[in-house]
Amino acid sequence: MVSKSPYNPLVLVGQVLFYGLFAVIIAYFSTSPKYTHLEPNLSLIKLSFSYHGEPVGECHQRTKEELAQLAPNMRAPTSCPRERSPIKVKIDMDGKPLFEGVAPPAGLSKDGTSTIYKRFEVPSGEHMLSVKMNDNARIKDYNMVREEKVTLKPAQILVIDLRRDHGGIFFE
Amino acid sequence: MSLFASIRQGGLVLLQRIEAFFDAIFGSAGNPWRHLGALGFYLLWIILATGIYLFIVLDTGVEDIFTSINYYTLEQWWLGGILRSVHRYAADGLVLVMLLHLVREFCYGRYYGFRWFSWITGVPVIWLVYASGIGGYWLVWDQLGQFSAIASMEWFDWLPIFTDPATRNFLTPGALTDRFFSLLVFLHIGIPLILLLALWVHIQRVSQSDVFPSRALALGTLAMLLVLALVKPTVSHGRADLSLAPTVLHIDWYYLFIHPLMYLTSPAGLWAIAAGLTLLLLLLPLLPHPKQTPIAIVNPPNCNGCRRCFVDCPYGAITMLPHPDKPGHQLARVIPELCASCGICAGACPSSTPFRSVEELVTGIDMPQQPIGALREEMERKIAALAGPVKIAVFGCDCAAAAHQLESDNTAVLNLMCTGLLPPSFVEYALRGGADGVLVTGCREGSCAYRFGTQFTQQRLTGRREPHLRPSVPLERLRMAWADSHEMSCLKAALEDFRDHLQTLGADEKRPRAYTPRRIVQNG
Repeated sequence: MVSKSPYNPLVLVGQVLFYGLFAVIIAYFSTSPKYTHLEPNLSLIKLSFSYHGEPVGECHQRTKEELAQLAPNMRAPTSCPRERSPIKVKIDMDGKPLFEGVAPPAGLSKDGTSTIYKRFEVPSGEHMLSVKMNDNARIKDYNMVREEKVTLKPAQILVIDLRRDHGGIFFE
Repeated sequence: MSLFASIRQGGLVLLQRIEAFFDAIFGSAGNPWRHLGALGFYLLWIILATGIYLFIVLDTGVEDIFTSINYYTLEQWWLGGILRSVHRYAADGLVLVMLLHLVREFCYGRYYGFRWFSWITGVPVIWLVYASGIGGYWLVWDQLGQFSAIASMEWFDWLPIFTDPATRNFLTPGALTDRFFSLLVFLHIGIPLILLLALWVHIQRVSQSDVFPSRALALGTLAMLLVLALVKPTVSHGRADLSLAPTVLHIDWYYLFIHPLMYLTSPAGLWAIAAGLTLLLLLLPLLPHPKQTPIAIVNPPNCNGCRRCFVDCPYGAITMLPHPDKPGHQLARVIPELCASCGICAGACPSSTPFRSVEELVTGIDMPQQPIGALREEMERKIAALAGPVKIAVFGCDCAAAAHQLESDNTAVLNLMCTGLLPPSFVEYALRGGADGVLVTGCREGSCAYRFGTQFTQQRLTGRREPHLRPSVPLERLRMAWADSHEMSCLKAALEDFRDHLQTLGADEKRPRAYTPRRIVQNG
C-alpha cells in the first residue's frame, strides 16, 4: 500500500526483471520444447483419392414405350442408375495388411465422388507394396491392382492415388 | 461454498496477491496484470503495424514466398528481420495476455449478470486470434508452415464440409499454385480485421474502455519485444517440400499446440476438446450465480440533468433524455440490462450532498439497497456514538478488505457497495459532524469490481473529478488506503497509522468548523 517512485533503483531493477521474465516465457514456448512429428527412421505413406466409382448397375436402352411415357425433353435413349459404386481398398505391405476399407460415394443419392485420406507411418527402407481397389459394385473381386517394390527414404512421403487419367492406381 | 466457487475464490486471492506485488513494482497504471485487455489491444496494434511492412516485402509466388521471407530475415535483419520477430513475439504475447485476461475475468466473477455480453463476445475472439495466428505460420511456407497447413487440413477434413479432402491440396509438390498464397495473404489480413470488429463488439458494453496501456507499460512492452527480437531473432525452418514429411520441429506452442494434440488424440478428439471448451465458456454465464442487486433509480424532481452520472457510469448504462417537467433540462435514464448496481452514479450526483436540509434526503439517482438518505442517517448516528480522543469515520467497500472489522468505540465504519458510491461531501460532513478524521478504503485501483470505483473516488477526493471535495476540507484529516479482500492487516495498520497522525494534529488544528444539521436543531 506504499506508493513507490518509479525512479527508485530497486523498482527499476524489479521492472527489468519482470519484463525479462515475460520475454523469457514468450521466447521459450515460441520454439520449445521441440516436437518430433515423425521419427527420423520413419517414412509416410498417404492414401488419398477423389474418384467417381462406376454406376452400381448396368445401363439399359429404353424401349419405345418407355420413351413415349417420358416428357419430350427427357427422352434419352439410355438410362443409367445414378448411384455410384463405393471404392474398396486393400493395402498390404511386405505381405502384411496395412489398410482395408471402403470409401463411400458422397451425396444423398450416393452419386458423388468417393474420397479418402489416410496416413501411415512406416519404417524407411525397401518394401513390397500391394494396393488393390474395386470401383465397380458389379465386380466381386478387386478390379485394379498395383504391386511394386518401393524404397522409402527417411521422411519421404509416398502418395497412393487413384485417377483414370493416370491409368488407375498410381504411386507418386 | 461449492467446489466451483472455491476454485474461483482461491484463484482470486492468488491473483490479488500477485497483482498487489506487481503494484509495488510497476504501480497500478503500469501493472500488466491490471491492464491485460489493454495490453492485448496494444500487442494487436504492434502486430498490425509490423504486418504492414511484412506484407509490402512479401512475394506470394509459391517458389518465392519462402525466399522473400528469408531475404528480409537474414539479409535485411536490421529492419525486416526485427519487424518479423516483433510481429511473431507480439502475436505470442497476445495469446498469453488473452488467456490470462480470460482467467482473471473468470476469477473476478466477471462473466455473468450484466457482464454476460462482454464474456460471450470474447469467446469468438479466441477463435479469431488462433485463426489469424496459425495462418501466419503457413505464409512462411517452411517445414513448420507445411506441417501446420497439413495438420490443420487434416483436422478440418474431419468435418463433412469439403467435397474433396482439403488435404489433397498439399499432397504433392505440384499441387500448390501461386494463387494459394494470394488467398492466404487475403485471409491473414481479413481475419485480423474481423478480429478487430469482434473486439469492438466485445467492448461495446463498457464505457471508457481500457484499450491502450499507460505510456510506461506500452514503452516497456515495446522495448521488451525489441530486445527479444535482437537476442533471439525469429528464423524459418527449412523450405517446405511436400515430398518430405517434417520430422523435428521447433513449434510455437502458443498457437500450434493444437497439432500435436490432434496427433496425440485424433481429429475428432481435437474437435471435441475445442467444441467442449467453447461450449463451457459460452455456458458459464448460465451457471447458478448470485442474483444481481436492485439497479439504480432516477428521481426526476432531484435530477438536474448535469450528466455526471452519464459520464461516470462504467458500463454506459445511463442515457440522457429531455426532462419531462423541466423544459431545457435533461433527465438521466437507467438501462436496466446494462446497470451493474454499483452506485458510482449516486456518488457522482451533486444532489447526493448530505448538507441538504431536507428531512428526507433523496438524491437524483440512487441505489434502493443503500440510499444516500439512509447513509447520511447511519453516519450521523454512528459518529454521534463515537467516544475517545481520536474519532475516525471509515468509508469501506463490500468488495474490498472487510472494513467492518475496524468498528470500535472510536471508529465508525460505513460500508458501501462500492467506494465509488461515496459522494465527496460526505467526507466534509463527517469531519464537521464530529469525526477527527476520515479514512476511505476500497479495492486497489484495477481490482475494483466495477472498474472505476477506486479511481473516481480518488479523483473526486483530490479535486480532479466532479463532484469535488471542497478545498476548504483539510486533507490532513483525510486518508485513502486501498486494500483488497486479503489485505486486512494492511488496512488495520493504515488505520492505526492514521490515528497516530491525527493525534499529532491536535484537536482544533486544521479542522473545519463544526456543523449541526438544521433539521436536527429543528427537531430538538
